[in-house]
Amino acid sequence: MALKKVKGSIDRIFDKNLQDLVRGIRNHKDDEAKYISTCIDEIKQELKQENISVKANAVCKLTYLQMLGYDISWAAFNIVEVMSSSKFTYKRMGYLAASQSFHDGTDVIMLTTNQIRKDLNSPNQYDTGVALTGLSCFVTPDLSRDLANDIMTLMSHTKPYIRKKAVLIMYKVFLKYPESLRPAFPRLKEKLDDPDPGVQSAAVNVICELARRNPKNYLSLAPLFFKLMTSSTNNWVLIKIIKLFGALTPLEPRLGKKLIEPLTNLIHSTSAMSLLYECVNTVIAGRTVSGSSGLCVGLSVCASLCVRLCFSLSPSVKYLGLLAMSKILKTHPKSVQSHKDLILQCLDDKDESIRLRALDLLYGMVSKKNLMEIVKKLMLHVDKAEGTTYRDELLTKIIDICSQSNYQYITNFEWYISILVELTRLEGTRHGHLIASQMLDVAVRVKAIRGFAVSQMALLLDSAPLLSGNMQRKGICEVLYAAAWICGEFSEYLEDPVQTLEAMLRPKVSTLPGHIQAVYVQNAAKLFAAVLRNGQQGSQEGAAVQETIQLLTDQLPIFVQSADLEVQERASCFLQLVKYIQKLQQKDVDVGEEVTALFAGELNPVAPKAQKKVPVPEGLDLDAWINDPPSEPESEDEKSKSAFAEEEPQQPRQRHREVDEKELARRREERKQEQANNPFYIKGSTPAPKGYQDTMGVEHIPVVQIDLSVPLKVPGMATSDKYVKIEEERRKRDRAEKGKKKEKKKKREKRSRGDRRNESGPESEEDIRPAQTVDIVTEEMPENALPSDDEDRDPNDPYREAVVATSKSTTEEPADPGQGSDTEDAVSSFPLRCFPDVLLGPLGVTARDLPAMHFMPQKSSKHKKKKQKKEKEEKEKKKKKQHRVPNQEEEESVQNGTVEEEEDPLPVCDVQGNLQDSSRVVVSVIFENKSSSFLKSMEFNVLDSLNAKLQRPEGAGPHDSLSVPFQLPPGVSNEARFVFSVQSIVMPQKLKGTLTFIVKSDDGSSHEKLDFKLHFTCTSYLTTTPCYSDAYAKLLESADMKGSSARLQGVGLPFQHLLAKICFHHHFSVVEKINSCASLYSRSIQGHHICLLVKYTDQTVTIDAKCDESSLLGNLLDEIKLTFSQS
Amino acid sequence: MKMRFLLLFSRQGKLRLQKWFTPLVERERKKVVRDMTLMVLGRPPRSCNFLHWKDLKVVYKRYASLYFCCGLDDKDNELLALEVLHRYVELLDKYFGNVCELDIIFNFEKAYFILDEFLMGGEVQETSKVTVAKSIEASDMLQETMEEYMSKPAF
Repeated sequence: MALKKVKGSIDRIFDKNLQDLVRGIRNHKDDEAKYISTCIDEIKQELKQENISVKANAVCKLTYLQMLGYDISWAAFNIVEVMSSSKFTYKRMGYLAASQSFHDGTDVIMLTTNQIRKDLNSPNQYDTGVALTGLSCFVTPDLSRDLANDIMTLMSHTKPYIRKKAVLIMYKVFLKYPESLRPAFPRLKEKLDDPDPGVQSAAVNVICELARRNPKNYLSLAPLFFKLMTSSTNNWVLIKIIKLFGALTPLEPRLGKKLIEPLTNLIHSTSAMSLLYECVNTVIAGRTVSGSSGLCVGLSVCASLCVRLCFSLSPSVKYLGLLAMSKILKTHPKSVQSHKDLILQCLDDKDESIRLRALDLLYGMVSKKNLMEIVKKLMLHVDKAEGTTYRDELLTKIIDICSQSNYQYITNFEWYISILVELTRLEGTRHGHLIASQMLDVAVRVKAIRGFAVSQMALLLDSAPLLSGNMQRKGICEVLYAAAWICGEFSEYLEDPVQTLEAMLRPKVSTLPGHIQAVYVQNAAKLFAAVLRNGQQGSQEGAAVQETIQLLTDQLPIFVQSADLEVQERASCFLQLVKYIQKLQQKDVDVGEEVTALFAGELNPVAPKAQKKVPVPEGLDLDAWINDPPSEPESEDEKSKSAFAEEEPQQPRQRHREVDEKELARRREERKQEQANNPFYIKGSTPAPKGYQDTMGVEHIPVVQIDLSVPLKVPGMATSDKYVKIEEERRKRDRAEKGKKKEKKKKREKRSRGDRRNESGPESEEDIRPAQTVDIVTEEMPENALPSDDEDRDPNDPYREAVVATSKSTTEEPADPGQGSDTEDAVSSFPLRCFPDVLLGPLGVTARDLPAMHFMPQKSSKHKKKKQKKEKEEKEKKKKKQHRVPNQEEEESVQNGTVEEEEDPLPVCDVQGNLQDSSRVVVSVIFENKSSSFLKSMEFNVLDSLNAKLQRPEGAGPHDSLSVPFQLPPGVSNEARFVFSVQSIVMPQKLKGTLTFIVKSDDGSSHEKLDFKLHFTCTSYLTTTPCYSDAYAKLLESADMKGSSARLQGVGLPFQHLLAKICFHHHFSVVEKINSCASLYSRSIQGHHICLLVKYTDQTVTIDAKCDESSLLGNLLDEIKLTFSQS
Repeated sequence: MKMRFLLLFSRQGKLRLQKWFTPLVERERKKVVRDMTLMVLGRPPRSCNFLHWKDLKVVYKRYASLYFCCGLDDKDNELLALEVLHRYVELLDKYFGNVCELDIIFNFEKAYFILDEFLMGGEVQETSKVTVAKSIEASDMLQETMEEYMSKPAF
């Protein structure tokens, strides 16, 4: 016994511990594998000993070796032994080894159940902790089932250390053993109120993860989480909760509305980028799915935030900014499109991931207007790009961008062909086939371009570099396939077929891949036919024919000897044909016609639906037997077969569904709309794009036919750059023409005073007319094809609805012409706000002052606006019920100002400033007709002050009113925008105005008038601008900053909320926050800097403010005071 | 934040720590480790910290000679993951006092224990640095030191 003891001790002195092992491995760099195998042998010996400490040491070393990539599964049982040691040191080691090496397939796991249960119930909390930690890594369905109850009990353990671990591991248990969720959930929910923040956050974690898997079941918890979100200050927890709401909002649109304020507050006040990013993501997600009106505010904030992120110096943040933008882009392309330059800049970034993100974004951003510019930029990058992967990515993206939605954005196909030709000069690209297929597609489908395409392709065939050595392997020679086919197929456009034929029969061609050579031979035959056709015309061409025949008989044998069967066969056929023709020619037989006939007929693309549309000929019954069915066999097992056959006739295919007339008419209408909006679908009766017509509201003006302004033939290889210029000029000319037309229209229709801004504004998307009379050839349909697209649509087709929906949305887009120019600058316009008091109307209406906190981004799409208005209406009703008691808790609400009178429209308005134009403010007014009469001829007028003037169209007097460009049927609302120019922004001001309109009811019409007041506050001129603390410090030091201060007493809000409120309502951003003291910054549209220092002690808030304009500052502080006195 | 795995590897691509929050068989683990080291080590300096790998987001950051790299679900917050990595580094730093790669090599089990107190099943278990440090200290107290182990008689 004693001897054994001594022996054990001595052994251990020579044992290697972990440190020795690591050192040993480092010392045996050359023969590491050999060293480790001896170590493993030693470990095996150690594991055989009974001494548990030796075993634990061995297991520790094994864990290390496992990390180096060695298999230790053979020691699984020993690990279990060490786990079951009563000593914490060894137990810990054992569990670590188990968590590192066990997986679902490890069979010894089932031996551990009782051991783990014992550890879970151990009086030592660290034993329990270690067991829980280990279990979280290797929990299996069996273990979950057996231990679920024990773990559930641990969720109510006295020690928070155990509670939080137990709560977290419950999630794993739920995944492996879902039945445990129901009994455990109440207790899990309880943990949300746990006094220990760690346990609470663990519970939030688990519920969030559960809710992300199946949000529907967790909607009822939303109020609870909402409370947590507004009270929690732990960013880790906040992020989780916000993520949870991100999963819930798609199911419950009302949530989005509710969330918007706390989210915006967070966005403005947090300094944690990760939290900010999560908020942005959630707002975007909520927007994407629900389209709820409330979140549109958030979106505008988000878009500008994303831009802010993209300017970040940190590449990671930049990347995320782009990522978030691409999410916004999916639903709200307009708000991202304006940042094109920023995204193009990102293409220059060093970081490839950022460049790829930017490329992705560009794909969604192109429009007819900017396509050329963007592609030009990309082409520059193609030239500069290092590394073929990135360059190939660029190439595919260029082609994707151009060809998306059926070449929707290409206005000039000559330009596109020349881009493709330029791309062929790329060295070492793998995407030759992609370019080739594009060339073929365009040449076949765009008839007008064929002449140009052929001339370019002929040049390509002629140019040597494509043939030269190493390029072939990489696949760019695929382009030659397309070039040869295009030249052959459309040989009538070739200027000099003989020359092209020569180029195609050069000996070097035989080095090309077989399938390309085959195309060469076949198309050489087509070219030959073209030469023969020309040859009939005169003697000079006759000589050319002779030469050609000579050329062919000389060169074709090369191809006849080709190893490629296809080439060989085609070449020998062709050679025989040539020889035969030669004979006939010598006999002076004219063969041109016959040879041409070989290749006659035009190849047109066939529509995918064509087959379905072939009408069934009369008298053909596909279900009828052609021959009499075989006589029914009598035997029993045969009968069972026939029983199966009997079922079939029960479900005959109904090809022609009965569709009622109404439905048909509706679909036809939809289709017409769709076609009208498709620039490539040119119909004789409506030559101009529809959107354009709508803008003008005059359909009877003949549209002037504009000549082709682009020369169709460009000598030499075309360069795409040239087209950019040409295109610009063309568009300019177009615009001029349109301007003239508009003038004409003006004269004719003096009464209709449309929205003049349209003309001065930048060209809207719809206005761009494709160059040339390029149309994509309509795909071929069989003769007598069924007339309608829709009739034979499968009613069960799940995509049918989707198709209808898409066509609807596309028709709606251009129907928004008045906004064309507005949206252009609205993108940069920052929302301001006004406090409009709608004054006493002459009809004895009471007026109310309402704090108006809502700003509405103009970017939002039509649907959203409609909803928003509805919501306003609802609020309106609610307020009426409350007997016009100003609704304090709804201060964040949408309300701006209303007139409550049964017969009048309700103007609700909203002011927006434009950052780029320091003196322009856009006021959006929503008119809502709550009466039962029809309102028309609405005229809006405002009494200009010295400072603020309503911008009226040129030629109008300074007191003329502006007509509202719509009429209002009962119960309908619509929005109009008015532009004001503002001189000084240091003072708040009120403008008086009137709205006159005609009320038309059954018993006649009357003229009515409504007075209102527009209130421009100073805060509405501020824009939220971020500021860095060093810049802020410098700003404070500068001499021309004037100070002022204010005191607010009895503010019951927590400091965090107070800050958020200032930021939210007054457009400030937090620069720095220390305890109950924070510095804030904002900037006016005219560039005044405003700095605030907010201190908070015992319900008293001191605001020290500095600004370079003292009166602005004074007014601003008054407004801030007002905000807090109202609440 | 559902982390799938956390890897620490050196600039030479040597794995220093691996934690799998979802069990994987050995072969797949090796494949992930190989792909991660290849991808991350191939990134030029000062590029962004995020990558896409299959359906996972990969977030990595380099601290001195070690790369910390973790795999997240598609919907997770990358910036938060960066903060988790940073927090872990801070915890290591506090425990070892100015941590370096060698600390983690020679005390790799400690590095695991710290990680286990901070993250569990891929979720952040404890957001407070102080609490994590306390529980590590407490469990270390229970553990015998190596000297004790060497001087104890064996039975």
